[in-house]
Amino acid sequence: MTTRVGVVTFPGSLDDRDAQRAVRLAGAEPVALWHRDKDLHQIDAVVLPGGFSYGDYLRCGAISRFSPVMETIIEQAKLGMPVLGICNGFQVLCESHLLPGALTRNDSLHFICRDQKLRIENAETAWTRDYSAGQEIVVPLKNGEGRFVADQHVLDELEAEGRVVARYVDLNPNGSYRDIAGITNAAGNVVGLMPHPEHAVEPLTGPTTEGLGFFTSVLKQLVNA
Amino acid sequence: MTLDTVKNAEQTPDSAQPWAELGLKEDEYTRIREILGRRPTGAELAMYSVMWSEHCSYKSSKVHLKQFGEKKPSAGTAGADAMLVGIGENAGVVDVGQGYAVTFKVESHNHPSYIEPYQGAATGIGGIVRDILAMGARPVAVMDPLRFGAADHPDTRRVLPGIVAGIGGYGNCLGLPNIGGEVVFDPCYQGNPLVNALCVGVMKHEDIHLAQASGAGNKVILYGARTGGDGIGGVSVLASETFDATGPAKRPAVQVGDPFQEKLLIECTLEIFAEKLVKGIQDLGGAGLSCATSELASAGSGGMRIELDTVPLRDNTLSPEEILMSESQERMCAIVEPGKVDRFLEICEKWDVIATVIGEVTDGERLEIFWHGELVVDVPPRTVAHEGPTYQRPYARPSWQDALQADAPSASRLARPADGDALKADLLKVVGSPNQASKAWITDQYDRYVLGNTVLSSPEDSGMIRIDEETNLGVSVATDGNGRYTKLDPYTGAQLALAEAYRNVAAGGAKPLAVSDCLNFGSPEDPDVMWQFAEATRGLADACLVLGTPVTGGNVSLYNQTGETAIHPTPVVAVLGVIDDVTRRTPIGFAEPGQLIYLLGDTTDELGGSAWSQVVHDHLGGLPPKVDLERERLLGEILIAASRDGMIDAAHDLSDGGLGMALVESCLKGGVGARVVVPEGLDPFVFLFSESAGRAVVAVPRSEEVRFNDMCGARGLPVARIGVVDGESLDVQGQFSVSLAELKDAHTGVIEALLA
Repeated sequence: MTTRVGVVTFPGSLDDRDAQRAVRLAGAEPVALWHRDKDLHQIDAVVLPGGFSYGDYLRCGAISRFSPVMETIIEQAKLGMPVLGICNGFQVLCESHLLPGALTRNDSLHFICRDQKLRIENAETAWTRDYSAGQEIVVPLKNGEGRFVADQHVLDELEAEGRVVARYVDLNPNGSYRDIAGITNAAGNVVGLMPHPEHAVEPLTGPTTEGLGFFTSVLKQLVNA
Repeated sequence: MTLDTVKNAEQTPDSAQPWAELGLKEDEYTRIREILGRRPTGAELAMYSVMWSEHCSYKSSKVHLKQFGEKKPSAGTAGADAMLVGIGENAGVVDVGQGYAVTFKVESHNHPSYIEPYQGAATGIGGIVRDILAMGARPVAVMDPLRFGAADHPDTRRVLPGIVAGIGGYGNCLGLPNIGGEVVFDPCYQGNPLVNALCVGVMKHEDIHLAQASGAGNKVILYGARTGGDGIGGVSVLASETFDATGPAKRPAVQVGDPFQEKLLIECTLEIFAEKLVKGIQDLGGAGLSCATSELASAGSGGMRIELDTVPLRDNTLSPEEILMSESQERMCAIVEPGKVDRFLEICEKWDVIATVIGEVTDGERLEIFWHGELVVDVPPRTVAHEGPTYQRPYARPSWQDALQADAPSASRLARPADGDALKADLLKVVGSPNQASKAWITDQYDRYVLGNTVLSSPEDSGMIRIDEETNLGVSVATDGNGRYTKLDPYTGAQLALAEAYRNVAAGGAKPLAVSDCLNFGSPEDPDVMWQFAEATRGLADACLVLGTPVTGGNVSLYNQTGETAIHPTPVVAVLGVIDDVTRRTPIGFAEPGQLIYLLGDTTDELGGSAWSQVVHDHLGGLPPKVDLERERLLGEILIAASRDGMIDAAHDLSDGGLGMALVESCLKGGVGARVVVPEGLDPFVFLFSESAGRAVVAVPRSEEVRFNDMCGARGLPVARIGVVDGESLDVQGQFSVSLAELKDAHTGVIEALLA
């Protein structure tokens, strides 16, 4: 049976089609999920895509967190379902308290779109098994509010438990504390990532195809489970 | 205030009316009275004033614009055969094969962006995106040709960051990749920055929608944002007048955008199209409801009846006049059969979009608008929308034109670099000048990746989008315009703008098909400006005929002047091309050491209006480069064939800055240097800095050299092998060598340093 990976569309989601394409190219079946629908339609994993959900006029991700679909996703995430939040999705995961910390305005105060080098720090999560620890990849980054911040003790805890999934290399584009680009929960099934692996899955349109690993990783995780 | 009904207007024929404040001329007001056989009501006067504004009615420009129809390429040319919808609709539509149709248009939002840079630029994007959406297409990309005053002027620091943030803030939030455009600085744009915005949309042929209201009993549905008090008179008092120092503040005439609402409007409208629920559709942009209702009724059969008090408002104190003139953003107007209204409203509810039936199509001939049951507008819609005034503005060749052209940048007039060191110094000056420097600080504030179909984007020659993932069919667009050339010779300048955009599209490997233009000029009441306009439109129409690329639509922006000083005449030309297989596209970067560098076309001593003359000598005079359209076509065919057949791995068009600048950009983009030799008989300075048109530089793999040479020889295109891709510097043999590191240092960080 094909693995089914849901991609949520909130009003204002923008990279939902891109995430579906990445899921398809990784060999799984993308399943479109609608924010008003609590039913997850028998999915095995879920991606919260980039965008500006509900306009993000209040605080990024602050309203999405209360949407009907998130109720079920939060429940399932706690039971171990793999969840990947990209950019706005990462913001939603922080607002939902599935991940610690918060994403604030870039230190440059500008939206920034660039090809960003990352180092995969943790290759044990549901979404990073196809990488090796220390591997460097280049994927697009595009955000206005991507600066990861958290209390010192939270940061220390994340480091100590190996929960920093990816770090910016060469240049920290947004002022994130400790160059953090992505983190995971203690169980390793929920990952939030500010850069966009779904835009680096085809040689024609991406700077590399090094983002595909996130989507193939979850497939292997589910097949082996 | 009492309501000014039609009955009231009949009874009080002599009431004084504020026609002058609304931007109307006395004879125009008299004509309105003649049309109606009475004085207009306040609401009617409001409608006529915005719809008869220069911006909406093209009253000064239309006698010249009609050439684009008269000189249309004839059937049998690729461009003419591809035209599905031409000038007059929200945007033109072109057949690109495999059942796909592409619509694109470039428009101006100049005046609002100077007053309020962020919102002006943001709503410029919003407006053009809705135009594309209204044709039935999914918007897939945007581009922004921008022009500012001097880069080091304090006001540029106010205007530029706001405009860039507005474009990013709105476009990024809509999820549309920004794939190119231009950024040009010149003191002539100091009080009149040009903010042009282009959008491309894709649909299947059967999805094309038109703006017309037909079928008595069909409902008129207004959907999207509520109507507020923003943008009142935007098209009349703002876009159709010259800025002056003493006038009242014009900020309230700028609209305020909500990109989230627009994103919902896009998805909601596409779902409505997919279920075939609309008979006609129009977006609300300039002139708001006045425009949408009168244009829909005018283009259809029958009349229309509107209950204006049903329009959802943000501010309940708005008067009927204000509601009709408001340019609140993110609104659309659809004509829907009664049986489909429920489903239409259901889809709007799904997307949290407010939708209201505000009237219906009638079998009469009038547009009638009621306010709480009282008739406040009763007009023949064509007189509002399509039969506005037409002016034959006087025009004459400016008295200064001959002197300007006589001041040619000859070697005796402007000192030229005498040796290799001086050539290098001038090259570095040009590379680091604001117009030639990297625009990454600006374009990095735009999302170029979203939707996952961007094949080429800035700083490539054109932006290219894949439109079918199975077949790899794609389209590309380039926009170009050179106000300096056009000032020297408007006829030739407009043709050069077209030639450059055409060349840029071909350099990427796509076949040019169609044109959209944004004509930015000063005041039409100045005969000098009107002459520039007449010459430029004549030049562009003639060139489109030769190249077989019809003008499908666009926009005219006049009154770009402050006091007596007009901007350089600036026609911005967008060319759309099609490419059967986007994997065959050709980028500008030199990436493979060992490949051979060829210069295509003829290089002669043409420095008039050049980047070198501006950067090194602050000089503008002489004549722009000559145009040879047949040569442009041949060059285009060679570039497209070479891309398709794998004969070239890089191609870059030559334009401002000449060969020197093109080599620098190709080296920096690909990360590999070049060794070049000045061809025998050519002056090294002319070789590097001339801006002769009809040229490109390409990188040819050694295995393809014979085939490439044979093709060019057989077709009669002059080519010269000038060097090889190699090393970590640009080495002009016998002259100078400059490392890529030094070039990069000069080329980057320039814009941000000026704005800091």
